[in-house]
Amino acid sequence: MSKVEFNKETGPREVFCGLTSIVWLHRRMPDAFFLVVGSRTCAHLIQSAAGVMIFAEPRFGTAILEEKDLAGLADAHEELDRVVNDLIARRPEIRTLFLVGSCPSEVIKLDLATVAEKLNKRFLGQVRFVNYSGSGIETTFTQGEDGALKALIPLMESSNEEKLLLVGTLANNVEDRFKKIFRNLGISNIESFPPRQSTELPKIGKNTKVLLTQPYLSDTVRDLKHRGCEIISAPFPLGIEGSTKWFLAAAKAFNINELKVHEIISPLINRAKLALESHKEILKGKRLFLLPESQLEISLARFLHNECEMDLIEVGTPYLNRDLMKEEINLLPDNTKIVEGQHVEKQLDRVRESNPDLVVCGMGLANPLEAEGISTKWSIEMVFSPIHGIDQAADLAGLFSKPLRRNQILTTKTLVTH
Amino acid sequence: MELTLWTYEGPPHVGAMRIASSMKDIHYVLHAPQGDTYADLLFTMIERRGQRPPVTYTTFQARDLGGDTAELVKKNIKEAVERFKPKTLLVGESCTAELIQDQPGALAKGMGFNMPIVNLELPAYSKKENWGASETFYQLTRTLLREKVSSSEKISPLRWKELGRRPKVNILGPSLLGFRCRDDVIEIQRILSEQGIDTNVVAPFGASPDDIERLIDAEINICLYPEIAEASCEWLKRNFGMEYTNTIPIGIKNTIEFINEVHNKLDLPLTNKEELEHKSKLPWYSKSVDSNYLTGKRVFIFGDGTHAIAAAKIAKEELGFEVVGLGTYSREMARQVRATAKDLNVEALITNNYLEVEDAMKKAAPELVLGTQMERHSAKRLGIPCSVISTPMHVQDVPARYSPQMGWEGANVIFDDWVHPLMMGLEEHLIDMFKHDFEFVDGHQSHLGHTATQTKDFLKSDEKKEKNSKEGIIWTESGRAELTKVPFFVRGKVKTNTERYAISRGIPEISDETLYDAKAYFS
Repeated sequence: MSKVEFNKETGPREVFCGLTSIVWLHRRMPDAFFLVVGSRTCAHLIQSAAGVMIFAEPRFGTAILEEKDLAGLADAHEELDRVVNDLIARRPEIRTLFLVGSCPSEVIKLDLATVAEKLNKRFLGQVRFVNYSGSGIETTFTQGEDGALKALIPLMESSNEEKLLLVGTLANNVEDRFKKIFRNLGISNIESFPPRQSTELPKIGKNTKVLLTQPYLSDTVRDLKHRGCEIISAPFPLGIEGSTKWFLAAAKAFNINELKVHEIISPLINRAKLALESHKEILKGKRLFLLPESQLEISLARFLHNECEMDLIEVGTPYLNRDLMKEEINLLPDNTKIVEGQHVEKQLDRVRESNPDLVVCGMGLANPLEAEGISTKWSIEMVFSPIHGIDQAADLAGLFSKPLRRNQILTTKTLVTH
Repeated sequence: MELTLWTYEGPPHVGAMRIASSMKDIHYVLHAPQGDTYADLLFTMIERRGQRPPVTYTTFQARDLGGDTAELVKKNIKEAVERFKPKTLLVGESCTAELIQDQPGALAKGMGFNMPIVNLELPAYSKKENWGASETFYQLTRTLLREKVSSSEKISPLRWKELGRRPKVNILGPSLLGFRCRDDVIEIQRILSEQGIDTNVVAPFGASPDDIERLIDAEINICLYPEIAEASCEWLKRNFGMEYTNTIPIGIKNTIEFINEVHNKLDLPLTNKEELEHKSKLPWYSKSVDSNYLTGKRVFIFGDGTHAIAAAKIAKEELGFEVVGLGTYSREMARQVRATAKDLNVEALITNNYLEVEDAMKKAAPELVLGTQMERHSAKRLGIPCSVISTPMHVQDVPARYSPQMGWEGANVIFDDWVHPLMMGLEEHLIDMFKHDFEFVDGHQSHLGHTATQTKDFLKSDEKKEKNSKEGIIWTESGRAELTKVPFFVRGKVKTNTERYAISRGIPEISDETLYDAKAYFS
């Protein structure tokens, strides 16, 4: 292991909670609906953070707890029943309904598992109910996806068929690319989790080889292991290096010759390197500070340092699973400072002291930092944009070079006007 | 439990954040889990503010619940006071913290700080954002002025005469995330100043705790946004005898009435009304020949109480529209909205369910919608032009240019914003004259082209539904053929009108003759 410096910090945070991941999960599985059982704050959060306005009728909503629901839990169950009935009558196309726990529902110990069980009996053959928690007292941002996927595992049938299972939500075009490359390598049986339809869950068993596409799926991985799946240890497919090692790890698990992998992906690598050049010109030597948010920070830091030659000041992550991140951490440069958790005020003090060229942060902090003259990149874009894979390496770099390029444009000398 | 896909108001602590963020030298310690920090982006992204809201979240987690969350609260309060050195501290909780009952306000008061501390108790499960903002502003005013209540004599609106200076007023209610508040304040201050009236304090927008303590230096209060300031104005009246204004200066008539109200209260001579009317272009633009086509245009209005009521009055009295729907999501303003609706012979819609609003909009078949960003969305689906007149805020509602809603310039802005989504007068006349031209057959587009296509789809799907519906009106072949001859941009309206006519007459089948009967009836 490289000489990485680990630090832990506690204090006030500035991160999204797990409810926010509904925003990409509902797009991935168009036959699913996400019903948050929570407060007006939860409803306001997904509306504000996700810009619900862009959806005509979103596939997520909130059952807002009111005073009378807090008075007696039995009533809350009845109320939830009523809300679910209304919802299903209104949206008969729903096949899977996620009951999503929130901070208030967790604190009053509303038993959504029991509610889901009862509803499953009542709507048997029509709608499946699953529950998980996206609450901010337990989860940050991307961990919501971990909870949702973990909740689906008990519904997955067993099969001993040999297959490659890609785990973690990807953009459809990226997923198609990956599948094509794997088929070229000679792996033909490839499935994805989550699938594109909530009802088409892959079957799993002892010959299922799991390749993670996202680093925030600790609980999902643990449960897949319990079902006998083999977890392929690899860095994450961000950038050329991560993606190459990711393909190689998969190939090794399927006993495919390393040379074949290189033969198939080297044209892609050459093309990607060429595309990376113009971004590297801007990013090279620039100093980067990553605040914790998406849990992609370590992989991004690795890519931006190793392939774009940026200098890393600090790499924040809301939560660190050293086991899952082992391969990534090995690739980081010596003396990288990783900070798990957050004390947002102290961390911002360090940002100001270190005077970085670029800060990766959440949306609440971006404009205030810009106003202080510090360029920023929102973390949330990383989970909405197709950034995985060799073909996307330049696009990924582009997300970081763009704010810097913009600043260059805006601060260059004005045109001579007559 | 209430099923919500979209909500007009946030929780009450977001209202409190609006007050804290609007002011200087104030800090708000909010007992809340980490996810609640999303609210920061309302200010930094939607308002494009260059500063973070002055809020420290305690960020408690599940594992803290077994231990001492009260200690965590105290630690955060201590850190926040040391770091930000506020002149006044607000302490409160969000919905989740309310359930664990740590009473952070009481804890803060026991910590021996040498500054006013406002303990905010905002019931998250029964109240909403505007209420939270109003309550916070009220508690803050009360806390900072409490000591002066007993020593102070009642303030006479005529005090300025005794003191031999110009009259002074406070402007109360403008806040961040309020609809065009920033520009309204500038406009109103300008108007008052022209009338020889000075502004003592604007609050909460831009005020510090010191300014709140100075509120009683003014003679009267201008209650600019009753949703936020009425409770405080009422308290100042009760305890200091300060009068406050009731008229909201949105629209020409209201602005003149507002100026008169202020003058009456301060015993200033009234200004010439005609002279005032010339200060805005709205009266002339509305009278000009090009605006003839606006006569009787059917308009549907929904928004917060203040803006909805003002819009109804402007629509009817200053633009000559017919108001076919009026509603609000502000339950606190329901009584006033109902009264206005009654005057207009429509039934007020008081709801926070946007789907109900969309249904009412569909039924009313308006030619223009004045609503929130959600009504803009619904109107787009129905192919109806729309202008946004109210919160909830969207980044579009914080324009770079000066664009108030209040006063003379506000009336100009309103004329443009409401009329531009429609076709212009000359344009509509010409299209009417040339409607048989090949340019206007289906598929050809005016500048409202995309809307027209949507209307067509909307009509198509409607036709399908109607065939299957029980009470279904049937369009005969001749009726349908005649309907297709109507230019597409008015076809929706003709169709709805004809059906309304048929239903009211109990006519089961619509033929070409029915269509002409209906046309005669409505013209």
